[in-house]
Amino acid sequence: MNQTAFRSLSRAMWRGFTRDRTALVFSILIPVLFLVLFGSLYKSTNAAKINVVEVGKVSLLDQAEAAAPGQLGKIMTVTHTRDLSTALADVRKGTYNAAVLEQGHNVMVRYSIADQTTAGVVQAVFSSIVQQADAVAAGSHGGYQLTTAQVEDKSLKPIQYLAPGLLGWAIASGGAFGAAITLVNWRENKLLRRLRLAPISTGSVVLARVGVSIIVAMVQLAVFLAIATLPYFGLKLSAYWWMAIPIVACGTLAFMSIGLLVGSFAKTQQAATAVANVIILPMAFLGGAFIPLTYAPAWINSVSFVMPLRYLVVGMQDVMARGEGPAAALPAIAILLGIAAVLTAISVRIFRWDAV
Amino acid sequence: MLRVSATISVHDLRKSYGSLAAVDGISFEVEQGEFFGILGPNGAGKTTTLEILEGLRQPDSGELAVLGLAPWPRNPALLPRIGVQLQSSSFFERLTVREQIDTFASLYGVPSRRADQMLGMVGLDEQANVRTEKLSGGQAQRLSIACALVHDPELVFMDEPTGALDPQARRNLWDLLRKINADGRTVVLTTHHMDEAETLCDRVAIMDHGKLLELGPPAALVREVDQPVRISIESGLLDRATADQVAAAAASADGVSDDGVSLTFATRKPAVILADLADRNALAGLRVQGATLEDVFLKLTGREYRA
Repeated sequence: MNQTAFRSLSRAMWRGFTRDRTALVFSILIPVLFLVLFGSLYKSTNAAKINVVEVGKVSLLDQAEAAAPGQLGKIMTVTHTRDLSTALADVRKGTYNAAVLEQGHNVMVRYSIADQTTAGVVQAVFSSIVQQADAVAAGSHGGYQLTTAQVEDKSLKPIQYLAPGLLGWAIASGGAFGAAITLVNWRENKLLRRLRLAPISTGSVVLARVGVSIIVAMVQLAVFLAIATLPYFGLKLSAYWWMAIPIVACGTLAFMSIGLLVGSFAKTQQAATAVANVIILPMAFLGGAFIPLTYAPAWINSVSFVMPLRYLVVGMQDVMARGEGPAAALPAIAILLGIAAVLTAISVRIFRWDAV
Repeated sequence: MLRVSATISVHDLRKSYGSLAAVDGISFEVEQGEFFGILGPNGAGKTTTLEILEGLRQPDSGELAVLGLAPWPRNPALLPRIGVQLQSSSFFERLTVREQIDTFASLYGVPSRRADQMLGMVGLDEQANVRTEKLSGGQAQRLSIACALVHDPELVFMDEPTGALDPQARRNLWDLLRKINADGRTVVLTTHHMDEAETLCDRVAIMDHGKLLELGPPAALVREVDQPVRISIESGLLDRATADQVAAAAASADGVSDDGVSLTFATRKPAVILADLADRNALAGLRVQGATLEDVFLKLTGREYRA
């Protein structure tokens, strides 16, 4: 492959992208605005602390506090009362998230399911406290260890799934639209034919285009991480977040191959844009980008398995926010590469150099 | 037989799309340094012929050699030696004029200082830093020629280079095309502007329905059509009876017509009529029109309108 030709093709395409205001707005600005908007909107809903009213004396809570001083206060505010019925009325009204009382060895937690997320947190917190108390009672080693992490894992803060979700959507659109529109435009204005008449390989042209798209995706990743990790939004990256880099690269390939397929069919830029929209937009809803799959209805969860975007988004969430190891990214990477290989092979078969 | 020493040599070339024979058994040669035009109405097969020569399409049958080489399948040895000018929008998006030329230069491994030479040659020095989208039609056309010539090819193909240009831009471009040819390059162009072919081309091939109808220097083709010369003067200088008398005096006069603006004689003896008109002092608004390549073209391809 001709190095100079490859470099100058890449430079030409990069300039073409960075000088295109529409492309910059759609691939960087709008996703970032979504992130800022949703990040701010959902920030307050997840009050980290639960409000608990202690009816009478609950020794379980005292034990937990004694075992891990200060830990309990991080996840709940405890108010004391003696009257069960007023306590329950307050829980119904939403003043408290739960009422807890102890009868012998029976710890009773009463909560409202009006707010399901909080109800889940209440359940998780108390079952965790009880389990650890049980473990101590059974004489097992280690004592109380109340950590907030277990609860956090079960219900991620919104930014932890919003950032990878919206980023996945941004990368998917960038890759698919970029490839489709480039292919259709170049066929329409005969640049494709002009390049075929130059003594360079098709490989150099394709690689240059892919390279530019991957760089654009990396810029999207960097911008997203920079904004989402601001204290205001509070994205906490887990140890192997950098595994998101190969996932993003492979996701770009997969979505470029979707764009390539669209561009091979579509005759005009308008048609290509419309078809790419019809593919990408529903996928953003069904593939876990806009609606986190954890909270999505079961049917969306089932449908998401055939959405390439799912693997990009969930793959990034696993390594960026859920604290999974590098190996967790491998299935997502393999599936994304597989999609890219299959769709590219199909595109090559139906590819046309000319509009006629 | 195919003569490989010619710059282009084509023998019995055929290409069909389904039942339509786009190129139906054509043979011709183009010599080194020649300015060769392919004329024909829309759908005559000009573009398909050009695409086969450039190596973009595979002929169904026939022999051809371009610079002694086979253009199909895609021949990397031939590509650097030919330059192809496509339509004026075949550029990378949002690059400036200089960046376009630089990018195309690098595809051929040509150093970028060549870009500056090309800018001067096509007269775009002042537009060097202008984005291609902002160029006028004529400027864009000249840039596309610069991009086709950046690697200094021996043979240049142009498909209707003056397609949508205004008369000034066309003449400006003709000068450039003459210069390219004068530098020793062989130029092959398709056009449906007869005046363009007549002024530029050493030889023209007139095509229709995939066949080669006529081939030769424009002037020779024009002489062959044997059309009467048309002599026009202002209407009203002569009355009708006198006009008929003048026409009768030149025995071969083909007729007299008066459309209220011009009185026109069609004749094969223009000298007799011109002398007669001069004697009568009736030369105001005189125009003498011989046959043009357009007459040749229309005679060969018919006057019927084709969409």
